[in-house]
Amino acid sequence: MSIKILIPTPLRPYAGKQSIIEVTAQTVDEALSDLVAQHPDLRKHLFSDDGKLRSFVNVYLNDEDIRYLGKGATPVKETDIVSIVPSVAGGVRP
Amino acid sequence: MALLSETSAATLSNEEILRYSRHLIMPEVTMEGQKKLKAARVLCVGTGGLGSPLALYLAAAGVGTLGLVDFDVVDYTNLQRQVLHYTSDVGRLKLDSAIDKLNAINPFVEIKRFDTYLNSQNALEIFSGFDIIADGTDNFATRYLVNDACVLSGKPNVYASIFRFEGQASIFATEAGPCYRCLYPEPPPPGLVPSCAEGGVLGVLPGLLGVIQATEVIKMILGVGEPLIGRLVLVDALAMRFRELRVRKNPECPVCGANPTVKELIDYNQFCGIRGEEGEAQTNVKIPEIQPEELKRRLDAQEDIFVLDVREPHEYQIVNIGGYLIPLGDLPKRVHELDSSREIVVHCKSGARSAKAVDFLRQSGFKHATNLTGGILAWAERIDTSLPKY
Repeated sequence: MSIKILIPTPLRPYAGKQSIIEVTAQTVDEALSDLVAQHPDLRKHLFSDDGKLRSFVNVYLNDEDIRYLGKGATPVKETDIVSIVPSVAGGVRP
Repeated sequence: MALLSETSAATLSNEEILRYSRHLIMPEVTMEGQKKLKAARVLCVGTGGLGSPLALYLAAAGVGTLGLVDFDVVDYTNLQRQVLHYTSDVGRLKLDSAIDKLNAINPFVEIKRFDTYLNSQNALEIFSGFDIIADGTDNFATRYLVNDACVLSGKPNVYASIFRFEGQASIFATEAGPCYRCLYPEPPPPGLVPSCAEGGVLGVLPGLLGVIQATEVIKMILGVGEPLIGRLVLVDALAMRFRELRVRKNPECPVCGANPTVKELIDYNQFCGIRGEEGEAQTNVKIPEIQPEELKRRLDAQEDIFVLDVREPHEYQIVNIGGYLIPLGDLPKRVHELDSSREIVVHCKSGARSAKAVDFLRQSGFKHATNLTGGILAWAERIDTSLPKY
């Protein structure tokens, strides 16, 4: 089924400058796979070389962190919204 | 929270009662709440974009003791958003500038100044004089330092972060709630997350987020409402949408979990990597460089040099030196537009992006690519002073 993924500002340059991308998926993992298939430049920002989600990138299904649901295997349904929330820091370093 | 044991000790003069009258007539504040505010001691780390509205509103609200930590000097690029500082303050210590304004807003606030940058050696000692910590520095090293020091000293950490037109805010390190490391156990590797110096920030955005921080500090002192604990508020100013995500306390958190591995403060610069920011020479010794004076001399001598500008088109519009524009992100797919037999001098704003471009070009067979030291900023400073800097 088709669900929406919200792309945060820092990652939009790698997602065709879009803020919302529709993907086809049954699980969160499938949703992210379809996302990076559509926008291959996103891959290295979301996944490490061994294919794991990077530790500074959190993924939410609606308002819940997937780490506290079924992680990548969490099923998704139409109307669900997946959010990618990376850590951000706009200030200058000390 | 074991805040404010000396509440009853705080008294309000007639002048203060008049000043705070719009608080005193609210059932959520009253005289008792205003005395709590007066007895409260809040530390603002940083007096920049977030710290400005935060400190201004906390002072105006009558927070009795306000600590300020900063070592920076006001510059022109701060003025678009750091509303504590005025044009006439450029070149002054931000602390001096901030204290003038805060005293002028509310002389009843006692201000404690810490003319230093917060580090692992001084954080716990500085925190010991305060009840609530609000981090307005918005960089990873200070954020993890403030988080860990708050967990270790049992003080709430009122957090916000901004980028372009988006921000996030929460309260971490309360007794029952999660800490920042529950949300993000580790910082990103250097260079993967752009800063506002690279990515820009809408000037009002730190205003929005800093005011959210101030609101949460004041609610916590008063003990009213629903504190922003266990919730991350995401603000998108462009769409003007506020969303909320749940943040859970991670039982395996390395600092606030059941079996913590971080039991004292660590070296946070090392933990976060030394970031190769714009403006800092990312001195990778392998990247050959050319000084602006040398480039100028050789261009004047009509030597065959191709100048490549790897900034963004909107930066090119601000100022350019006639270079051929290919933004760094487009370079891999547009590299065929370049002639590998020619000498290529690459520049960006201050030298970091162009160093990456030269590295990429050299690996792609462009043996004659060099990096302009200091970018167009150095050119504007040393060669053509009529050019604007940004």
